[in-house]
Amino acid sequence: MIPALFFYLFAGICIASALMVIASRNPVHSVLYLILAFVNAAGLFLLLGAEFLAMILVVVYVGAVAVLFLFVVMMLDVDFAELREGFLQYLPVGALVGVIFLAEILLVVGAATIGGGGPRVVVAPIPTDVSNTEAIGLVLYTKYLYFFQAAGVILLVAMIGAIVLTLRHRTGVKRQNIAEQVARTPETAIEVRKVKSGQGLEV
Amino acid sequence: MYQAIVFLPLIGCLIAGLFGRVIGPRPSELVTTLLLFASMVLSWIALAQVGFGHHDERIVLMNWMTSGNLKVDWALRIDTLTTVMLVVVTTVSALVHLYSIGYMHEDPHRPRFFAYLSLFTFAMLALVTADNLAQLFFGWEGVGLASYLLIGFWYHKPEANAAAIKAFVVNRVGDFGFAIGIFAIFMMTGSIDFDIIFAQAPALVGKTINFFGWQADALTLICLFLFMGAMGKSAQFLLHTWLPDAMEGPTPVSALIHAATMVTAGVFMVARLSPLFELAPTAQTVVIFFGATTALFAATIGLVQNDIKRIVAYSTCSQLGYMFVAMGVGAYSVGMYHLFTHAFFKALLFLGSGSVIHAMHHEQDIRHMGGLKSKIPFTYWMMVIGTLALTGFPFTAGYFSKDAIIEAAYAGKNPMAIYGFVCTVAAALLTSFYSWRLIFKTFHGKPHDHHHYDGAHESPYVMLVPLGALAAGSILAGWPFYEYFAGHHVADFFRASLTFAQGNTILDDMHHVPKAVVFTPTVMMALGFLLAYQFYIRRPDIPVSLAQQHSVLYRFLLNKWYFDELYDFIFVRPAKWLGYTLWKRGDGWLIDGFGPDGVSARVLDVTRNVVRLQTGYLYHYAFSMLIGAALLITWFMFAGAH
Amino acid sequence: MTASAQIPDLLPVLPEIVLIVGALALLMVGAYGGERSSPLVNVASIMLLAAAAAIVTWLPSGKLVTFGGSFVLDDFARFLKVLALGGSAAAILMSLDYFRREKILKFEYPVLILLATAGMGMLVSAGDLIALYLGLELMSLSLYVIAAFNRDSAKSTEAGLKYFVLGALSSGMLLYGCSLIYGYTGTIAFPGIAQAAAQGGLGVTFGLVFLLAGLCFKVSAVPFHMWTPDVYEGAPTPVTAFFASAPKVAAMAIFMRVAISAFPTILVQWQQILVFVAIASMALGSFAAIGQRNIKRLMAYSSIGHMGFALVGLAAGTQAGVQGVLVYISIYLLMTLGTFACILSMKRPGGMVEDISDLAGLSRTSPTMAFLLAMLLFSLAGIPPLAGFFAKFYVFIAAINAGLYALAVIGVLTSVVGAYYYLMIVKIMYFDEPQRSFDPMPREQVVVLAVAGLFNLLFFAYPAPLLDAATAAAKSLF
Repeated sequence: MIPALFFYLFAGICIASALMVIASRNPVHSVLYLILAFVNAAGLFLLLGAEFLAMILVVVYVGAVAVLFLFVVMMLDVDFAELREGFLQYLPVGALVGVIFLAEILLVVGAATIGGGGPRVVVAPIPTDVSNTEAIGLVLYTKYLYFFQAAGVILLVAMIGAIVLTLRHRTGVKRQNIAEQVARTPETAIEVRKVKSGQGLEV
Repeated sequence: MYQAIVFLPLIGCLIAGLFGRVIGPRPSELVTTLLLFASMVLSWIALAQVGFGHHDERIVLMNWMTSGNLKVDWALRIDTLTTVMLVVVTTVSALVHLYSIGYMHEDPHRPRFFAYLSLFTFAMLALVTADNLAQLFFGWEGVGLASYLLIGFWYHKPEANAAAIKAFVVNRVGDFGFAIGIFAIFMMTGSIDFDIIFAQAPALVGKTINFFGWQADALTLICLFLFMGAMGKSAQFLLHTWLPDAMEGPTPVSALIHAATMVTAGVFMVARLSPLFELAPTAQTVVIFFGATTALFAATIGLVQNDIKRIVAYSTCSQLGYMFVAMGVGAYSVGMYHLFTHAFFKALLFLGSGSVIHAMHHEQDIRHMGGLKSKIPFTYWMMVIGTLALTGFPFTAGYFSKDAIIEAAYAGKNPMAIYGFVCTVAAALLTSFYSWRLIFKTFHGKPHDHHHYDGAHESPYVMLVPLGALAAGSILAGWPFYEYFAGHHVADFFRASLTFAQGNTILDDMHHVPKAVVFTPTVMMALGFLLAYQFYIRRPDIPVSLAQQHSVLYRFLLNKWYFDELYDFIFVRPAKWLGYTLWKRGDGWLIDGFGPDGVSARVLDVTRNVVRLQTGYLYHYAFSMLIGAALLITWFMFAGAH
Repeated sequence: MTASAQIPDLLPVLPEIVLIVGALALLMVGAYGGERSSPLVNVASIMLLAAAAAIVTWLPSGKLVTFGGSFVLDDFARFLKVLALGGSAAAILMSLDYFRREKILKFEYPVLILLATAGMGMLVSAGDLIALYLGLELMSLSLYVIAAFNRDSAKSTEAGLKYFVLGALSSGMLLYGCSLIYGYTGTIAFPGIAQAAAQGGLGVTFGLVFLLAGLCFKVSAVPFHMWTPDVYEGAPTPVTAFFASAPKVAAMAIFMRVAISAFPTILVQWQQILVFVAIASMALGSFAAIGQRNIKRLMAYSSIGHMGFALVGLAAGTQAGVQGVLVYISIYLLMTLGTFACILSMKRPGGMVEDISDLAGLSRTSPTMAFLLAMLLFSLAGIPPLAGFFAKFYVFIAAINAGLYALAVIGVLTSVVGAYYYLMIVKIMYFDEPQRSFDPMPREQVVVLAVAGLFNLLFFAYPAPLLDAATAAAKSLF
């Protein structure tokens, strides 16, 4: 009873806040709603008994990614009103497609549930003798080594991509060179000239 | 070694064809010729190994294609029949290559010419080494292509182009039959491999094919269709019209392709498929009929022709008829024997004619020649040797092979054989007559064209050496081989490569014919010679008055029995009319109007609308994806997934 | 638990390991060597790809499975890996001259292609849904980046962004489909899914629709094709050449593997989807291409149409059908690379040109290139006896043998429409008044064009090697 109550609470808030992410006018609000959605998703993980994943979600997504995202949104001067142009125009079609999907999914899941051939979730037995974190640790580098490594390579590509597409070696940028600064002497730094009055100086 | 025989000419062709412009004409000539000579030497070794050493081989080079039940390998089938052909093809080809260096020396496109010659040789070798019908057909079409290219080599000459097209089209008729024959074989046996076909052939006796509702005897039908292909390639009666026109090509080409090798492909094919023909007596009857008719018919035309090469061409036609008579009566080895000897003396005659033409600055009409004996004595003697061999002068090569055919025709058990005998004997007389007519009008008498006559000169050595070699062959190719081709060693020499059905005792019977029959051809030969001598040396006025008295007959012969005109009337003009009508009415009005023009207008409408969908907006793209997915899902909700 | 911590069999993954480790090493070379090292990195990348292909053929034959079934190396995977590796190598080779001229010759490009190719290898060998997704993402992510590689060009950037956003959407659909399938079958491994799906149910079918939608996006099949023309036009031309070749092979490969090895039991369901998608792709590819002026856009529609034709073979759902697709995709790969070698040579002193009208009179200014391009176009149109004819022949025969007569007939009709625009280019090359001639063709393009052109012309004479390999590959999938 209690888990069901919390499930609907978390799920409801999650969906609502996800809606608000795309609906709110202020981009900062959007990001904040996004964070809310993450937190609720973490709550759902907790209900499933996956407390490690829940914590990771909070730490990585809420703590790092979303906050970074927030900074970016605040620093960029993006005219969201302009981007949102046409939103209303496409809303009816989008809504229609969404409703159709929803109805169909409900029908399928509902029919399957009633008909008995429902989702065959393999109840992976939650090991009782090891903790959640330990269980992940045991398989992540052994059984799922391939997936783990592949994911790593994907992240590497993302990194290369970000660098390739954005990093610019600008010419004319002044950088600090400490060795050079320290090596300066009066002889190299100062030039003494005689200035005749009324004639100025060629620089 | 066998691979080298077949592929050396191809290498030569590629070198001369692709790099001819880079390396220049002389290296192209040398490369192709040397490779061909290498191939020739290997071929003779092969003949010794296979024919006399009894060492048959089958070399699989690679899998060519596999499609359903049809499995085709590239394989070389090396048996006596093949090696005999290898020897003929490479020897003549090598000599023709050599000869062409002299004959073509003024032509700016020599690399192309030599590339074509080598290409032809390669295709011909592929044909004779074929291990299955597809490979045979490849070679068959390959030589056809090379022949087309070579006849039309002087492509700026309209007649050459027309002749090339004619050769190609007429051959297409024959190839059509050939292809149907192959299909029929595949239908009946499920294979096109010679070994499998031959193994299954006896089982096919008595089976029938439903051919447009007519229950035809399978083997007879197959053999007739195959023979149709042979008729096209070997210029037999009804499909012969392309061969004389093919003389528009350079003379070495005529010698190589239209005398010694390609035209004999039909004969070779019948010999190769002797296991089938032996079981189809009706087809054999047809073969004899066409062979004999051609032998006589071509000889009659040859009597009155004036173009030196055309006379030899009709003579070729006629001699091919002889070979088919031999094939038809079941004396395959004898037919091959004549093929073998004929290659030498016919190539000699052609190359000799080439030498004459060369000397006369491309004059081909024998009426404008005469008295050339003293100007070009070497060529003259060579031509005489060739003529002696052709007419069957005792102890020359032609004497043995031709007489063997006539004896075989007499001894044949086929009801048509006697017709073959009569025709071949009559043709022997005519052959002798027109051959000597050619010699007398060209080399004897008084010169008719002093301008050319004065400029006439003997050809260079590079042309004379091949003549000499072929002349030697024309004499020596006869008796040393008699026992192997027509005597007691046939079974030992050819072994499995030729099949004689049980009860086919022709090779025995032909040695027991009456003495009169044995002497008939020789008598005919002498008679022909005397007639020609009377007509063209002693009383040159007789032919003229004869022609005037029997002007209808004369013109009938001169115009080649009006075959060209007949075909033009029956096939060419209706076809052109049909084509024109279909083009203007059918295509232009009916189809274009309602078809392409109408349809293309609709297509452009559709295009315009489709392109409009591509707006460039991400929204639209995303929506189209989502809508697509939604549509598919909805489809499964209501219609699919049951 | 600790006993299970043994090192899995790494041999089957060796080609991918070589590619990734090589890419990392080259990344270091590039990062420390700077722009000077770009040529070296390019050459080394091609050699790495060649080495990987050599390893693929060298590895012991038969079906090798590792990582608990996540990675499968069978003849099917071998065949397609060699194709993909070859396509990638050709793409790098052809890019050298272009990037040098545009002054964006960077070492990251070959590195990204190496990583994308590793992704293709993983994709082709995927044995379960997660491996599929990871391979797909590794490939796609690299592609997004190189689409925008010319970051100073607005078009290129736009192409990259569009591709990325739509790609993310398609990945979402694919993942959604995967989760549905997992939910209704209880497994992610393909053989397990095949067993569980046999019991039917709409849930699995739904998952399948979403999964196939995601895959359709990758092969740019209608209606998930919309990105293709824009991205093809916007991306730098060598990148477009790459997009049209190797990734298509890999995407088609996983399409086949999913359909045949994960859902053989509900063939009727996905066959309906494929028939629809194939017809729509063939029709759109043929019709829309006619109106194009830009040759890269035209190639985009051309590739949409060709994917439709290839899907015809898969729709048959038989071994012959898969064999047909394999033959098709191999021939398509070479035709496309050859054609792009020509497109990449369309440059005048002022820079690259991309309009079809720029090809006018090519037969007089550079006859060899015009001839080979014409032959390639004829082949793409499916005119015998060129290779493209056989490609279409095999898929249509497979469709007919599977009883999909309507599909085959529509396929033939659309290929007739499609022939129009290929022939139009030939007409422009041969009968229109010549423009100024192009710069001489760079050597790399000559190599690619010569290989593709000769293959195209001579395939009919000796088709056995390709057909045999495709037969073996198709057999290993069933």
